Amino acid sequence: MPAIKVEGLRKKFGNVVAVDNISFDVEKGEMFGFLGPNGAGKTTTIRLLTGVLIPDAGNVTIEGVDVRKDMIRAKMMMGVIPEMGDVYVDLTAKQNLVLAGKYYGLPKSALEEKSEELLSTFGLYDRRKDPVRTFSKGMKQRISIACAIIHEPQVLFLDEPTEGLDVQSRRLIIDTIIEMNEKGSTIFLTTHNIEEANRLCERVCIINKGRIVAIDRPEILRGTFDNTQSVEISFDQSVEGDLFDAEFISKVDRFGDKLRLYTNDPDRSVKHVVALANERGLRIVSMTVCGPSLEEAFVRLTGGEQ
Amino acid sequence: MKESVFLRGVIVTAEKNIRIYYNKAPVIIFGLLFPLFMFFAFYMGRKIDMSVFFPGFLAMALFFTASSVGPLITPWEKQAGTYERLLSYPVSVNTIILGDVLAGALFGLIITSVVMTVAVLFLEVAFTAPILLGLAIVLGTICFASFGVLLASPSVRSPSHIMMFSSLIRFPLIFISGIFIPLTELEGMGLILAYISPLTYLVDMFNAGLTGTSAFPVAVDILALMLFTCVFLLIASKFHKRNLAKGL
Repeated sequence: MPAIKVEGLRKKFGNVVAVDNISFDVEKGEMFGFLGPNGAGKTTTIRLLTGVLIPDAGNVTIEGVDVRKDMIRAKMMMGVIPEMGDVYVDLTAKQNLVLAGKYYGLPKSALEEKSEELLSTFGLYDRRKDPVRTFSKGMKQRISIACAIIHEPQVLFLDEPTEGLDVQSRRLIIDTIIEMNEKGSTIFLTTHNIEEANRLCERVCIINKGRIVAIDRPEILRGTFDNTQSVEISFDQSVEGDLFDAEFISKVDRFGDKLRLYTNDPDRSVKHVVALANERGLRIVSMTVCGPSLEEAFVRLTGGEQ
Repeated sequence: MKESVFLRGVIVTAEKNIRIYYNKAPVIIFGLLFPLFMFFAFYMGRKIDMSVFFPGFLAMALFFTASSVGPLITPWEKQAGTYERLLSYPVSVNTIILGDVLAGALFGLIITSVVMTVAVLFLEVAFTAPILLGLAIVLGTICFASFGVLLASPSVRSPSHIMMFSSLIRFPLIFISGIFIPLTELEGMGLILAYISPLTYLVDMFNAGLTGTSAFPVAVDILALMLFTCVFLLIASKFHKRNLAKGL
């Protein structure tokens, strides 16, 4: 039995179809990435899966429990970090955790123990009595995650959990997600950060305009587009991209002090670049041949190049 | 199991509301200061028989306090971005609504009890039927807390908009419910309007509890308040569900 089973899910807002007949399974203990451009239907999907919204059609089951028919039981098994789900800024850090624990019916002793343990884990124990309004965005997000995992859920939904956070908070959150997954929780992760999804997820699903356009392991998706290999090169001085025009180089992009030459023939491209560098007296600082990236696959699949 | 989770959700939601919203400015202004100012404006400095007008004032205090918390909560939570988190907990919309009603009713109950105590101690107000008075307070607080939650159901994210809207609805009610003009003196359109105001039945019940006289049989007042409560809750549930996604 899959941890999350989605069948023919559909949701309309007025004339706009936000989610259009999507189906997929997430296995128990899997870390599953859900990617898509802005407005693709990611947040609506997560709201449908977590019982916040009621679908127009289709079914969702969490650990075999139908979300529509037995919403409360399904919610008891989930932890949710909503995209816009801020914590209560008028309450202290500890009060927020205790409130969440009470909703999940934790007994008083466990509530006390678990909230203090999580506050320590997230480096907020010393600030436990401070109102959350005095916290930074990263600290608020740590409280948000602590609230979602206080009952050790079987399935954890995270909607853009690391968006706009400082490095320290991001790492802490990623480590927590990995730890939860290692303990057996199924993770459903929505993110804009394709590299993060590539690094963390066993499978990713790409959604665009409410429809699933691809669902597979990141490496397989990357390999779907063989012709998107590139040579990334940096010189000791600025160089115009059109210097490298050649029939086997399809596009040149600039990234900071680096140029990325997209090609279907890396061997000829490297030789071409080296020859040009010698001819113009340019010193090569670094050069890397890159395979097709998940980001490239994402852009292609969601029509971002058009 | 389902019932205990539901009840727990209602209590935890009410507890959360009490901690966060009781000391918010709109609740203090619209729930406490307004009825106090109304009392000063209409009763102070005039030769008024308190035994005649106290039931009306008590009903007005209860009405304003019990209905002041409900309109604030949902718009505030939507604006603060906490509503989606709340929905992600093991609660339904009805759980949230009843938690909001409970918080509003308790606020009304506390303030009304304070007003009642002050009146008995300092204004020498007497009451003839304490159990009936107690029942009226309980039914009234639940009814008007439900009314307050109903006022929060339009889909706006700004608490100030909903507080203005709720004042627009609440103020006219106090003029058509026998608070300033006793029901026995109302006639024509005024009387018809009084019949459709839930506050009328609370004022009447307070009259029965405090002075022993009432325009309707007490059973009618009780039934009317219960019926209005059910109607408010049903409509609030329907509208809150319909507007759930708006402003998330």
